[in-house]
Amino acid sequence: MTLPLFLFYCFAAILVCAALGVIVSRNTVYSALSLVMCFVTSAAIWLLLEAEFLALVLVLVYVGAVMVLFLFVVMMLDVDVEKLRAGFTRFAWLGWIIAAVVVFEIVGVVLGRKLGVDVTRPSIPVAANASNTTELGVLLYSHYVYPFEIAAMLLLVAIVAAIALTHRHRQGLKVQDISRQVAVRASDRVRLVKMEATQRK
Amino acid sequence: MITLAHTLTLSAVLFSLSVAGIFLNRKNVLLLLMCIELLLLAANFNFIAFSRYLHQLDGQIFVFFVLTVAAAEAAIGLAIVVVLFRDRRTIDVEELNRLEG
Amino acid sequence: MNSTLNPTLLASIPLLPLAAALLAGLAGKTIGRAASAAVAITGVAFACALSCVVLLQLTAGHAADYDGTLYTWLVTDGVHMQVGFLVDHLTVLMMVVVTFVSLCVHVYTIGYMHDDPGYQRFFAYISLFTFAMLMLVMSNNFMQLFFGWEAVGVVSYLLIGFWFTRPSAIFANLKAFLVNRVGDFGFLLGIAAVLYYTGSLDYHTVFAAAPTIVAKSVPFVSAQPGSAITLICVCLFIGAMGKSAQMPLHVWLPDSMEGPTPISALIHAATMVTAGIFMVARMSPLFELSQTALSLVLIIGASTALFMGLLGIINNDIKRVIAYSTLSQLGYMTAGLGASAYSVAIFHLMTHAFFKALLFLAAGAVIIAMHHEQDMRKMGGLRHRMPVTYWTAMIGSLALIGTPFFSGFFSKDALLDVIHASRHWGSTYAYWCVLLGLFVTALYTFRMMFLTFHGEERLDHHTAEHFHDVGWDMKAPLVALAIPSLLIGWLTIDPLLFGGFFNDAIRVLPEQNMVAEMARTWHGATNFAFGAFRSLPMYIAAAGVATAWVFVLWRPQWGDAVRARFAAVNVILDNKFYFDWINENVLAPLARGVGYLLWRAGDQAIIDTTAVNGSADTIGWLAGVTRRMQSGFLYSYAFWMIIGLAALLGWFLSGLSGS
Repeated sequence: MTLPLFLFYCFAAILVCAALGVIVSRNTVYSALSLVMCFVTSAAIWLLLEAEFLALVLVLVYVGAVMVLFLFVVMMLDVDVEKLRAGFTRFAWLGWIIAAVVVFEIVGVVLGRKLGVDVTRPSIPVAANASNTTELGVLLYSHYVYPFEIAAMLLLVAIVAAIALTHRHRQGLKVQDISRQVAVRASDRVRLVKMEATQRK
Repeated sequence: MITLAHTLTLSAVLFSLSVAGIFLNRKNVLLLLMCIELLLLAANFNFIAFSRYLHQLDGQIFVFFVLTVAAAEAAIGLAIVVVLFRDRRTIDVEELNRLEG
Repeated sequence: MNSTLNPTLLASIPLLPLAAALLAGLAGKTIGRAASAAVAITGVAFACALSCVVLLQLTAGHAADYDGTLYTWLVTDGVHMQVGFLVDHLTVLMMVVVTFVSLCVHVYTIGYMHDDPGYQRFFAYISLFTFAMLMLVMSNNFMQLFFGWEAVGVVSYLLIGFWFTRPSAIFANLKAFLVNRVGDFGFLLGIAAVLYYTGSLDYHTVFAAAPTIVAKSVPFVSAQPGSAITLICVCLFIGAMGKSAQMPLHVWLPDSMEGPTPISALIHAATMVTAGIFMVARMSPLFELSQTALSLVLIIGASTALFMGLLGIINNDIKRVIAYSTLSQLGYMTAGLGASAYSVAIFHLMTHAFFKALLFLAAGAVIIAMHHEQDMRKMGGLRHRMPVTYWTAMIGSLALIGTPFFSGFFSKDALLDVIHASRHWGSTYAYWCVLLGLFVTALYTFRMMFLTFHGEERLDHHTAEHFHDVGWDMKAPLVALAIPSLLIGWLTIDPLLFGGFFNDAIRVLPEQNMVAEMARTWHGATNFAFGAFRSLPMYIAAAGVATAWVFVLWRPQWGDAVRARFAAVNVILDNKFYFDWINENVLAPLARGVGYLLWRAGDQAIIDTTAVNGSADTIGWLAGVTRRMQSGFLYSYAFWMIIGLAALLGWFLSGLSGS
């Protein structure tokens, strides 16, 4: 039992408990906070697995932005906590069974089959002064430039969509509807009437 | 040492927990979204593990993109929940049955 | 000199009556009664004359038999369905008999149907019938035979129901058609079996192939070799049973007396009912190969001969008595066929055609004179009022009972001899039936004669006043038919039976050929007639005549005493052996019940409800079940997705382990 392995076991245990906490909590805020805990311990494990940049990104972006967003929404939606306290459904036992089945299947694949890799051999660690970030950057901006740009577009679309979905019109606001203004025709505004000339008395 | 088997087993457990969460949850749409985040986390674990053991950084690049997509998806999903809540005044999953056939 | 028969001449024989029928039927109202009658009679007269010409050509002129196709209707799957003629000695004999009797009936109709509004229609029908019957006998293949068979059935239906406003006539013609249908069903099965086993409908091909199918057996029914040919013959005979009114398909013939008397003479005595006999004789190459079929024919024929005769004893309608007599005589002919004596059966067919038609026409004359009174108990002593009718009827009666030298004697006694000599199974029973039948025949025939023509007059006042004898248009055919009833037997028995007349048409296996055995002890017709005085049959017939005289003329009150004493027998005979009762109360409700069952259970329940509506309902039900999956509930969708995922994973794993 080396130190990394021991740390791995500790963090893994916390991770699993936090994940359980996400599912089992009655209070949504507790679930969200448990999820934060999950992400933090995952970041720690990723550090152990020598994916430093991603571990940091996980904490900064995922926890810092996405989970905060979650919490905002949770607190904004005035949910009826009483109703949420109502217990699990009658299919609870089936859910646990399915989960167990899935675990066993995947573990069965991993441990029992030939994945082409010897799963029990530990890996060779990277050199201490190799910079994970530099290497990632080199790979990202050379081989994966296009996916990078497309991912950026995707984020833009997400922003626009999120705003467009939730945008509310304020009542009583006098706004110009440009498209209507441009689409006006003369016949909508002006009516020509022929009149008899009248004698001036 | 941490072997591939350890990591993959951990990822499998996380995955199945998130699956169970989706199953068991009947009351909260937000919880559903959180379980999806857990799912993606489990997948990311796999990528990181294989990236390390095959000495290729492509796995980590992929995690990059998964994180991007997951963030975008979370944003839009929450926006939809908000709009839904405005309309139906509830986030109870059992009440969301307007798509029935 | 060897010449060939002219096909055009042969074709005109059936076509002339057809043309006359069409003219009289379609334009009858336009051209008038006299013209319709003239057209019809001319047509049939020409047909008769031409038939006699053909007869002369074949016999005296030694022309070759004609077997050819006039018109191929269609060819399907190697089977040719065509219109063709086979004119050999058997055919030409039938042609002459049919056209001669038809001509007599046509002339008779002028007087009989004189007052009837359907005068032209009647002539059209009887000419049409002549056409159909000629097509039947001249046919050289089963398809045309069946056409003629059905056509005579249809015309018989039309004629029995000629006075269609009478409900009894409609009942009778439907009964005739339906009972014939039952027979035709068997007939069609027989033709189908012939087609199946020999691959052809043409007589020539079938008869040539017959010996090769002797050893074949019928799948699913009997594995015995020879069962195929038995099946064919039995099915064909069922058709003959329907058409020639053998038991139990005889029930239509007495009811067919609802039609006018001329058609009873033409159709139900001389021609249509003999179609069955003719058919079996024509199929002799097939029947000879099946002992079982021949025994069946023999037993049914002999039974009909006796039992139908018994029914004639108690009947009081003059036409019905003659009808039962026809049934009985048809039984004699059938028994002759069953004893492998086809030539004797055809000989009896010919003689019977003449004297039975004569008797029917005489009865018709009596009915007309009596203003359509048919009950013999209201007749009596008519020989003084209608002498010509009386003497011709007497000739016919004497021929019927088999008086020596009359034509009926030669044919009946020859039948008795061959049945006695036959070694087929059932021949002993058959011999006793036909022997007793002689007594019965004489009894009912002379009971009829005595009741009608002898004794004191029992006419009621009104009828006696308006009684008038019939004209010569009705008496001429009687005389014309009386002459062959007297002479034709004595003249033709020698060449027909022993002169090889039918050698080209009828085939008999040597070991079954009783006629050939008779030939060994044959010393000529005259000697045969004198020999009757030394043998039993004549005395049995004489005893019958005497019994009739006793019970009708000498001691009529004894008849009532006998009837009271043997009341049970009387009931059975009155109910015609309960054949009609069984048909109406057992078979018909059974058929209707089957139909009802098939309607309710088969059509409505199974086909409509289960198959047609059921398939639609099942789809609806399935859609309803599937619809539940679209619950709209998110968790349920997620549920199924994950179940599917787990299943897929499991499948891939098992696939990996397997491969």
